Amino acid sequence: MAYTPHTPEDIAEMLAAIGAGTVEELFDVVPEDLRLKRPLAVPAAMSELDLTSHAAALSAMDQSAASEPCFLGGGFYDHFIPAVVDQLAGRGEFYTAYTPYQAEASQGTLQAIFEFQTLLAQLTGMEVANASLYEAATAVVEACFLAMTHTGRLGRIVTSDALHPEYRQTLSTYLKNLDPELVVVPSVQERTRPEDLAAALTDDTAAVVIQHPNFFGSLEDLGALIAAAHARGALAIVCVDAVSLGLLKSPGACGADIVVGEGQPLGNIMNFGGPSLGLFACRSEFVRKMPGRLVGETLDRKGRRCFTLTLQTREQHIRRDKATSNICTNQGLMALRAAIHLATLGPKGFRAVAETSARQARKAADRLAGVPGVEAILSGPFFREFVVRFGKGRSAAEVAAKCRKLGVLAGIPLSRFYPDRPADLLVAVTEKRTDGEIEKLVQAVQAALV
Amino acid sequence: MEPSGLPPLLFESSRPGRASSVIAPCESGETPIESLIPAEFLADALPPLPEIDELSVVRHYVRLSQLNFAIDKNFYPLGSCTMKYNPKRNERIASLPGFAQVHPQQDAETIQGLLQILFELQNDLAEIAGLHAVSLQPAAGAHGELTALLVAAAHFRSLGQNRQNVLVPDSAHGTNPSSAHIAGFETVTVKSGPDGLVDLEDLKAKLDENTAVFMITNPNTAGLFDRQIGEISKMLRAKGALMYLDGANMNAILGVVRPGDMGADLMHYNPHKTFSGPHGGGGPGAGPIAVRDHLAKFLPAPIVIRRADGTYALDDDRPDSIGRVRATFGNVGVLVRAWAYIRSQGPDGLRHVSEMAVLNANYILAKLKDVYPVPMGDRCMHEFVASARAMSRETGVRAMDIAKRLLDYGYHAPTVYFPLIIAEALMIEPTETESKQTLDGFIDAMRAIAAEPAELVHSAPLTTPVDRPDEVRAAKHPVLRWQST
Ligand SMILES: Cc1ncc(COP(=O)(O)O)c(C=O)c1O
Repeated sequence: MAYTPHTPEDIAEMLAAIGAGTVEELFDVVPEDLRLKRPLAVPAAMSELDLTSHAAALSAMDQSAASEPCFLGGGFYDHFIPAVVDQLAGRGEFYTAYTPYQAEASQGTLQAIFEFQTLLAQLTGMEVANASLYEAATAVVEACFLAMTHTGRLGRIVTSDALHPEYRQTLSTYLKNLDPELVVVPSVQERTRPEDLAAALTDDTAAVVIQHPNFFGSLEDLGALIAAAHARGALAIVCVDAVSLGLLKSPGACGADIVVGEGQPLGNIMNFGGPSLGLFACRSEFVRKMPGRLVGETLDRKGRRCFTLTLQTREQHIRRDKATSNICTNQGLMALRAAIHLATLGPKGFRAVAETSARQARKAADRLAGVPGVEAILSGPFFREFVVRFGKGRSAAEVAAKCRKLGVLAGIPLSRFYPDRPADLLVAVTEKRTDGEIEKLVQAVQAALV
Repeated sequence: MEPSGLPPLLFESSRPGRASSVIAPCESGETPIESLIPAEFLADALPPLPEIDELSVVRHYVRLSQLNFAIDKNFYPLGSCTMKYNPKRNERIASLPGFAQVHPQQDAETIQGLLQILFELQNDLAEIAGLHAVSLQPAAGAHGELTALLVAAAHFRSLGQNRQNVLVPDSAHGTNPSSAHIAGFETVTVKSGPDGLVDLEDLKAKLDENTAVFMITNPNTAGLFDRQIGEISKMLRAKGALMYLDGANMNAILGVVRPGDMGADLMHYNPHKTFSGPHGGGGPGAGPIAVRDHLAKFLPAPIVIRRADGTYALDDDRPDSIGRVRATFGNVGVLVRAWAYIRSQGPDGLRHVSEMAVLNANYILAKLKDVYPVPMGDRCMHEFVASARAMSRETGVRAMDIAKRLLDYGYHAPTVYFPLIIAEALMIEPTETESKQTLDGFIDAMRAIAAEPAELVHSAPLTTPVDRPDEVRAAKHPVLRWQST
């Protein structure tokens, strides 16, 4: 039996101490008629050797960013992760600890999260950040809940169709049994127009959600969109690409009230979508309405600096059905990885990642624009992701499928989310993509289009 | 003042101008960034991050790690959290490139190996639950609760019923009522009897045609198996209400009794408890849910299916689905570890896990009950709740003091002050992976503490890098980040 250490003698001694004849007797309280009278129908146990070989064979069936250049984006990106991140975050003392309920036994985790909160607040230009949420879509939802509580408005949440479709789907799932209506403004030429957003706002709109850069990769006119929200008394929620914070003006500097986003690109592996990292930062005025854990600095009984979970009266274990959020287990290890990643890169390294991504993205866009059969690059201005439109009658899904056969993960066909856009492919480029790999993409697209 | 054992903050170690060695300049040379992105979008300065050399970063985090208690270092009898050994083999398996380096938007054809694992896990979780269909999408237990309650809401909507209430025992974990509220329900609390089980009279009084769901944790948070569960299920069915089982305590009953056979219609798992996922200092987890067949059509999309030709696909075409509850498929890294764990155990191993978890808990209970009374009885499942009430009345030593003193003995504290129905609660869950020597050492420590002078226990912990934090100060004047001065 894996991982259970007792010898038969141990078990006998323990049963004697308990005063039970057999282990089965300990389950006497389970009514006979409810019990399972057969072994579970799950596959037989495998040794470590057999299981490791089996798993390796399954892994080898898959294409991945380890074997192919990956130009897929949409919130998850194949950025380089320094070895330091894996080595340090992989330490058992971090990895196998629980939530830091006992502060004296968890100062390592607590200080690391306090530093993460600081890093995120600084990068987003906000006053406070929490210890993490599950991932970006639920972070958007939590931000909307905060806005509903803060404004007392339950009429509308307004966003644009340039917000990641999976985030919009998640938001509408959560809102289904609640009051607010989700209003989605159509984007024009891959950007959200402030006047369209303003026209959708009402006096009972709690919040506006703007993604920047948006799902199509385009930079939004953040200042004008936020001003439109504020003009009607709605909170402005900005959903960011974490890596863009290395280069672009911070959402805080543009007037955002709450900043959320997907933190995977900060030192976390893609893992087919999780575990990743929900980012949440806001103005300090909202601190007692924030979702999730918060680490605070305080003093111990000897007057020395220490850290502890704080403002827990917001949370489910104290406030129960009046809690600001139901989140308990969060993504602490991913927040730790993000902090180590940022500390290792530093300002210049993080800027270099963002700039190199932007430069390589532009290079890829320029090269693709010259391929016969490519009609246009639609996004702009963009950071490191853009939409390529193929000529009439060409299907982006087919182009992507052909590229895949040629060993390139070329992009996300927009038809997956926007059925009326069969010819459009969303292409993302990180600092990891070399000139050679961009060339391979261009060749593959060219081959797919002939 | 004595120095604390904490290193300076990253920001306090920063020196302006230090370079980073990680990334080389762009192959294309230095095209001015302003020629790519209009200046109005660009930050005026470098991103505000500390500047630290790589070796100092390494030392910083190694030192921080050494301040933690963790399963790899310490016995961690934290009730309700199932802090079992996190097998190292699972880490290596989860980091294989075909699972770890896969982008969430890759086509199903490119990830047949991973989808096979996820498909098998869906089946295994359905079998262990005794239920029919599984969604792997939720990100943690609480998220699973919420997702299942949204499924329940969709079910009643499809019946044209507008049921408002979710009933929750007073012994329930805080996420239960909180999830019910977020799903748009009213929560109604059901009392526990003096035996720690659901008070059936109170349940009867609160159960009516307006009840959508009764959320039960079984074994419950007092570590007791509620043997009335069959009766409860009949009462719910008679009113057309659904039974939700909080699966946080599945470690007690694997292969012994299945939630579906107890009458549960929906449940969540915590793979980061039961199936050995490392907790990572607060997460990640996952919160797969299992449901009865008539609720399957409401599950979030996508779900992994196996086609007639043996290939796997992601089924997005689910018109009755509640929709997504997050972006992407789920917390796949945690799920792959759960699969590896179930594969390592097999049917006999899983049952053995529960047998040994229950044996270990009963052993500690038997050895401590004369010193730490256990109000809810002499036997337990995988955990039990002792009470320091008498002790606190006699000597002023409270549950929290005992928890802190245990740290000096090198043991992590039990869960304290939960469940709320037991005063001065010390909730002890040893798990199956601990040896008898470890359990005996812990028992000795607990007994020793009970005999120590109250002043000593009050002054604990004495050996940790910091002493007890001033929580009131932290909450009154929140300092949630470092500020440059
Ligand atoms: C009984 C019980 N229910 C629900 C939960 C919530 O699970 P999670 O922390 O994974 O969200 C927990 C975990 O702490 C629990 O112990």
